[in-house]
Amino acid sequence: MSERRLPPVTQLGMLSLALIVAAVIYLSAHLPHHVSLGPAIALLAASALLLAGNVLALARTRGFAWARFIEVARWALLAYSIIAGMIEYVFLRNHTSGGPLIVMTLSLLVFALTVPVLIGFTVARYVEEDAASADVASADVASA
Amino acid sequence: MAQAVVSYPGGVAGSAPAPAMERPDFQVVPRAGLPIVAAVLVAVIVAIAVNELWPLMFLHVVGGAAWTVIDLFLGFVLGPIIGRLSIPARVEFTTKLMPKMVLIMPTAVTVTLAAGWQLAAHMGTVDSGYHLHGWIVASYIVVGIMAVIALGLLEPANIAVLVEMKKPRPNPEVIERLMKRFIYSAGATGLMQVATFVIMTHLATG
Repeated sequence: MSERRLPPVTQLGMLSLALIVAAVIYLSAHLPHHVSLGPAIALLAASALLLAGNVLALARTRGFAWARFIEVARWALLAYSIIAGMIEYVFLRNHTSGGPLIVMTLSLLVFALTVPVLIGFTVARYVEEDAASADVASADVASA
Repeated sequence: MAQAVVSYPGGVAGSAPAPAMERPDFQVVPRAGLPIVAAVLVAVIVAIAVNELWPLMFLHVVGGAAWTVIDLFLGFVLGPIIGRLSIPARVEFTTKLMPKMVLIMPTAVTVTLAAGWQLAAHMGTVDSGYHLHGWIVASYIVVGIMAVIALGLLEPANIAVLVEMKKPRPNPEVIERLMKRFIYSAGATGLMQVATFVIMTHLATG
């Protein structure tokens, strides 16, 4: 099986997820008492940066099967938005508010974006190069 | 039922084509299961809204049991069996099992976590003043590690293997690699589930 050189999207995505999970655990472990938001914000910012870096690295990859990536990632985004929404609902139901709620919400947003990127990447990386080129061509035609 | 073809290694460039084998058609996401998933999620939302002990306990225990048992069974029972099946049997089994996993695992995890958090809030065990708070935080950490493995490795492999098998000529090496990743990830989370057993039984007995 020929391997194309691709950025380490899975590794960085898992690190991004781990940072988000750490932020949520940090906040959850202190509820309902006052908690310093600094560490959670730092973890969230690092996670969001990794997510952005991942997407940027993919955007610079020649011949990546973007059409297949988007086809899969959009459905995953829908599914994980529902899951993130349910978790958000539980926190709202328990009167989480103010700074912790904002950090939790942003953390769930990064979570709901990171998982579809991982799923879309894992599918698209195995699209053969010819098909990927066709994907790029069809995406170009669609956007023209 | 529509059929497609899977070709197997043995044919290299320039030699005779690899032998081909029929594989049944399937849906990556089984649409028939979506109403069931929707019903379960609505049940969780209602249980959280009414905040009664029994429905929350029921959903948390049932969701957690499904999550735990599936991880352990996949990682330590089905995984080794799949590895020893003939390739046609493995293909047929995979096309039957993996689409169901696409719906079952995220639903079981969401139900367990959402109902579990509300249950803990109801019982006061999320409060950092709770006398077994350290054990509660340990459960967050174990679940967090399992979530990273499941979301970063297991779920993408599950979807990718199904998409690969949907292709007119799936690549058996890709399927093999993704299936290994899926089974090993399930085994790793299965091991973590043992830690969950220890924590949850400790919390249940106070």
